[in-house]
Amino acid sequence: MEKILVGLKRVVDYNVRVRVRPDNSGVETDGVKMSINPFDEIALEEALRIKERGQAQEIIVVSIGAPEAQQQLRTGLAMGADRAILVETAEAVSPLMTAKLFLALIQREKPGLVILGKQGIDHDNNQTGQMLSALWDRPQATFASKLEINGETARVTREVDAGLEVNEIDLPAVVTADLRLNEPRYVKLPDIMKAKNKPLDVITRDELVTAATADIQPVTYEAPTEREKGVMVEDVAGLVTALKDKGLL
Amino acid sequence: MSKILIIAEHTNDTANASTAKCIQCATEIPNAEIDVAVFSDNGESVANEIAKMDGVTKVIRIEHDANSNPMAALIAPQVISISKGYTHIFGPSTTFGKDLMPRVAALMDVNQISDVMEILDSHKFKQPIYAGNAIVTVEAPTTVPVVATVRIASYRAVGSSGSAQIESAELDIDLPSHSRFIGIQAATSDRPDLQTAAKVVSGGRALGSEENFEIIYDLADSFGAGVGASRAAVDAGYVPNEMQVGQTGKIIAPDLYIAIGISGAIQHLTGIKDAGTIVAINKDAEAPIFEVADIGLVGDLFDVVPELKAALG
Ligand SMILES: Cc1cc2nc3c(=O)[nH]c(=O)nc-3n(C[C@H](O)[C@H](O)[C@H](O)COP(=O)(O)OP(=O)(O)OC[C@H]3O[C@@H](n4cnc5c(N)ncnc54)[C@H](O)[C@@H]3O)c2cc1C
Ligand SMILES: Nc1ncnc2c1ncn2[C@@H]1O[C@H](COP(=O)(O)O)[C@@H](O)[C@H]1O
Repeated sequence: MEKILVGLKRVVDYNVRVRVRPDNSGVETDGVKMSINPFDEIALEEALRIKERGQAQEIIVVSIGAPEAQQQLRTGLAMGADRAILVETAEAVSPLMTAKLFLALIQREKPGLVILGKQGIDHDNNQTGQMLSALWDRPQATFASKLEINGETARVTREVDAGLEVNEIDLPAVVTADLRLNEPRYVKLPDIMKAKNKPLDVITRDELVTAATADIQPVTYEAPTEREKGVMVEDVAGLVTALKDKGLL
Repeated sequence: MSKILIIAEHTNDTANASTAKCIQCATEIPNAEIDVAVFSDNGESVANEIAKMDGVTKVIRIEHDANSNPMAALIAPQVISISKGYTHIFGPSTTFGKDLMPRVAALMDVNQISDVMEILDSHKFKQPIYAGNAIVTVEAPTTVPVVATVRIASYRAVGSSGSAQIESAELDIDLPSHSRFIGIQAATSDRPDLQTAAKVVSGGRALGSEENFEIIYDLADSFGAGVGASRAAVDAGYVPNEMQVGQTGKIIAPDLYIAIGISGAIQHLTGIKDAGTIVAINKDAEAPIFEVADIGLVGDLFDVVPELKAALG
């Protein structure tokens, strides 16, 4: 295939312990470390490997969001992507709108494959890939832990609740990456320098999609209820007694 | 009045526990009439089982050879074909529902709510975000149907003293041929299912090998518990992927959860927040798991676990 499109979402880094703002208006993102969504790094790594096997020519990374998402796109270029597109928008974008924006890009770029993460670790939506493939009227293979491209089709191993499921899908299609698909490479300093010269196009949301969607509105945010402080026991006998006291044995 | 359609998850023989929990969630919507759709190749026994579940008005059987193994790309257009008139369409937040429901929502041109954990009214819900570190209340537009997945760990299963009618729906749509089910590799075990077990024992990276993980199975078997694991234990190949508990694995709510050699990363804790009692066994007294544990024991698991098994057995 010629092109693979990869989504890179800018999210709060997975090591950050996210806190709700005191006024319940959202979560604290000021001064918090932002990174590429971990599943998207895996998605990009997979695309790069497909290209390195000679099964694709060009990897395009896409981010939808604030101008700052250029940082994540630059990291993607340093990892090895050929080109980047930022769809700039000031407001929050719902998964349905994200899927519509990706679809508009698909119509421009005509990729043979789109690889997204299985979920954004910010809102834990787990929706965009499924929505995109529905709108595109193409196959979806979610939660992929293995991906094999065989000409016009792909064989995908998917991590499902019961175990590992294997699907065969016609291309083009949407695949969403799970944790065990691969281990993303580290970016090397010379690659960061080289990435500065790779193309990064900025387009506005309105250039792609003008109609609005009926969105689900956040009303208020709260911290989860904390568990009460527990007890420490000295030894196994103490543990067994504590369990018996709670009626668990 | 709300008219709710629930997409049943089942094995073709029996309903998955997630189905009865989704129904419980739907019953919490005021003034609701609840129908359940069973997509299968032969759903008679599943339909009979669901017809007995409390709160169900009608079970709709949709039969097609292509439904023997559910694939979202094939089920979604079938859901659309029977969706007319419903104000809400719910599915479980299991891999089955997560795969399917956003596809259904997009075909209807609506957004989807993930992981409903509490119903406030017919269009107002609570859901966890950021690995459960925040809970957001959201309001869905009333002008379009609500499509949502239900966080099954937040709900108990409905009882089974009902008697709903069962109807068959004819399909007059062509299903796509672009997606094909090849097979599934599922571990068979006599242990209680991780997602419904009352007691679960989990092991982490500290186990060190597939062989060493046997002591976790032995302990679990000595008191009839299900077995789970941290991501690190799955990544290292000690246990299969379906045993992963956490943000990106299974979210569970057993009465008793015993975490052994697991540090307690936020992504893991997300999966066990609703457990009744959390027990942690770890040799590092500073491990974050102790911050959430109800009962903590500092010690080397290779000493503690055999001793605990002996004490229980
Ligand atoms: C996007 C993303 C999603 C993730 N999703 C999940 C998820 O769904 N589930 C999940 O679990 N993780 C998930 N993780 C990984 C998570 O961040 C942690 O890396 C993981 O949970 C660590 O597993 P662990 O506790 O087994 O290993 P470690 O963190 O290495 O902890 C091992 C523990 O064992 C203790 N120990 C060592 N030897 C002994 C001994 N002999 N006796 C007793 N104790 C001992 C140590 O003190 C330590 O506390 C995710 C990460 C990311 C980035
Ligand atoms: N704003 C965005 N920019 C780029 N990719 C995105 C964006 N939102 C979602 N995606 C992609 O869709 C995947 C699933 O996201 P979500 O449905 O929000 O959980 C992510 O892992 C990304 O690959």
